[in-house]
Amino acid sequence: MKYWMPFEWIAAIRFLREGRMQSLLIIVGVGVGVAVIVFMSALLSGLQANLVKRTLSSQAHIVLLPPEEIARPQSPPAGIALRLQKQAQRLRSIDQWQQIQARLEGLPEIAAISPIAAGPAFVVRGDANKAITLLGIDPVRYSGVIALPERMVAGQLRIGAGEAVIGIELAKDLGADIGDKIRITTAGDATETFTVTGLFDLGNKGVNGRNVYVSLRSAQSLLDLVGGVSSIDISLHDIDEAERLASKIAAETGLTADSWIKTNAQFVTALTSQRVSSNVIRFFIGLSVAFGIASVLVVSVIQRAREIGILRAMGASQGQMLRIFLLQGGIVGFFGSLLGSGLAWLFLMLWRLMARNPDGTPMFIIGVDPWLVAIAAGGASLVGILSALLPARRAARLDPVVAIRG
Amino acid sequence: MADLVTNPVLQLTGIRKSYGSGETESEILHGIDLRLERGEFSALIGPSGSGKSTLLNLIGLLDRPSGGQLFIDGQETGQLDDTGLTRLRGQRIGFVFQHHHLIPAFTALENVAMPLLVARGRPDADMFAQAGTLLDQVGLAERKQNLANQLSGGQQQRVAIARALAMSPSLVLADEPTGNLDTHSADDVFALLREVNTRLNTTFLIVTHDRRLAARCDRIIEMVDGDIVADTRHQAATN
Ligand SMILES: Nc1ncnc2c1ncn2[C@@H]1O[C@H](COP(=O)(O)OP(=O)(O)OP(=O)(O)O)[C@@H](O)[C@H]1O
Ligand SMILES: [Mg+2]
Repeated sequence: MKYWMPFEWIAAIRFLREGRMQSLLIIVGVGVGVAVIVFMSALLSGLQANLVKRTLSSQAHIVLLPPEEIARPQSPPAGIALRLQKQAQRLRSIDQWQQIQARLEGLPEIAAISPIAAGPAFVVRGDANKAITLLGIDPVRYSGVIALPERMVAGQLRIGAGEAVIGIELAKDLGADIGDKIRITTAGDATETFTVTGLFDLGNKGVNGRNVYVSLRSAQSLLDLVGGVSSIDISLHDIDEAERLASKIAAETGLTADSWIKTNAQFVTALTSQRVSSNVIRFFIGLSVAFGIASVLVVSVIQRAREIGILRAMGASQGQMLRIFLLQGGIVGFFGSLLGSGLAWLFLMLWRLMARNPDGTPMFIIGVDPWLVAIAAGGASLVGILSALLPARRAARLDPVVAIRG
Repeated sequence: MADLVTNPVLQLTGIRKSYGSGETESEILHGIDLRLERGEFSALIGPSGSGKSTLLNLIGLLDRPSGGQLFIDGQETGQLDDTGLTRLRGQRIGFVFQHHHLIPAFTALENVAMPLLVARGRPDADMFAQAGTLLDQVGLAERKQNLANQLSGGQQQRVAIARALAMSPSLVLADEPTGNLDTHSADDVFALLREVNTRLNTTFLIVTHDRRLAARCDRIIEMVDGDIVADTRHQAATN
């Protein structure tokens, strides 16, 4: 007998050890439940993080645009019905964008800011021509928002005068490669010839086929935006803050601020409902684990009625009996959660082996977060204690006379 | 403590016990008066269903009377709540039962130390030393580490007696302690109780159906249908 252990712990452990088969079965039961919860949580958060990462690999967290021009009727003559029409937005520069950029630099939530001159254009090479989005960027600033340097698959991210970087999809459409010349024409009939210096793959077919990066200055002159920018891309330290910060910036600057959460509303809603449904599943698994523990302990209280009566006759209090059975629930929950975390780890290893991309790399990396294990252990112990509440109260209130008479 | 010297170990006045309520209410004990002096070695006899176990459970504070007063070492017990009753029971009263005496998940030594463990909350070396001495005294020095169900019936009952003595109680209540044993073991167990009684001056109240054993007690209290009908003391019977 361990001298440091209180009586209740000693009795709880002995009772569990004596009912070896029962204890083992319920611990395995708890373990399977915990394993499913941990595995599901790890899988879901890995999957969602991966989806979000992919989505954001070619998108800024917040995009600032000039305020929308609101069509105003010019004091209409009486009797004529008002006709309001949304004006087609022409390419406009953001007023005083340097000051705005300087002001944003002071916000601690912001990781990077990149002013951009972007607009529609055509690219021509030989017989091939394609509609594109021409983006004039400062490569250093832009890399803080979108990890373009890491996404280069050929050449390099070099956009001096007369140099352009295009996506792999566009390169295929045009039959262009590093060193080839392409001609870019805008709506204002401005034209310039560029040498392709790099090819990128942002993991999005549309973007790979549409985006053409050139220097800010080239884009400004082609798009008739000299000295101006059409948007400011922002990346944040915490992507979940995007919506709050977008509203704040919009209010402060009067610009339109679109967060990725708003731009991808459907996607975000899908993620949220995925989380909600997985929480519902987790809740019900937890509930069935709790009922499992409770039912085993109810049976154990009945089986141990005599021993409970004898202990009471020897001066054990109701509180002591209560704690002995609460502890049994907690211990079963705790060891079940350890087993479950081990099982979940095993499942994840298997998953890693089986779920692979065609090229053999893991589909996405998921690991068992130590925090998740700690939370599972704490949660399962708590669930164990809570589910033991009813049986333990029964044990405490057992009439020793009835119990001893057996 | 002064009350240990001046007060009787047990005093019952007008103890009643009924079961059920309303139409189904039936009174099992009809006003029992009884006083046990310190060191008395008494037998409680009577036909089956006469209320012996019911009375013993009341005296042992496992149950509450429907009426009357019950004093243990001079302390009135009617006002105590469950915690108070439990504490008094743990400190002043030892039990020996006919069946299911021990807790099978523990060894003989641990079973004997159990009342001390329950009272102190944590194990210590002293309680096991004490339990070991008690097991030596009941002749089980060799069986200390056996689990309860690795002992014979008679051995288990000796362990139970050692356990009942662990807290040095004022009163030991035994409900048919030899009912489950053959004549030889029954005599041994009875002799052991008697020996403890003479050595420690512990008060015993023993329910038995065995007239032969009852005759060897200092006092025989006889119950019939919930009343004490005879109460005889005789010195000559001492072994
Ligand atoms: N919980 C109860 N509810 C109703 N009646 C009870 C209850 N417990 C005991 N009785 C009744 O009380 C009476 C006395 O029972 P008790 O067990 O005290 O008898 P006893 O003298 O110990 O008998 P035995 O020698 O067979 O052990 C019996 O008629 C029994 O049916
Ligand atoms: Mg009886």
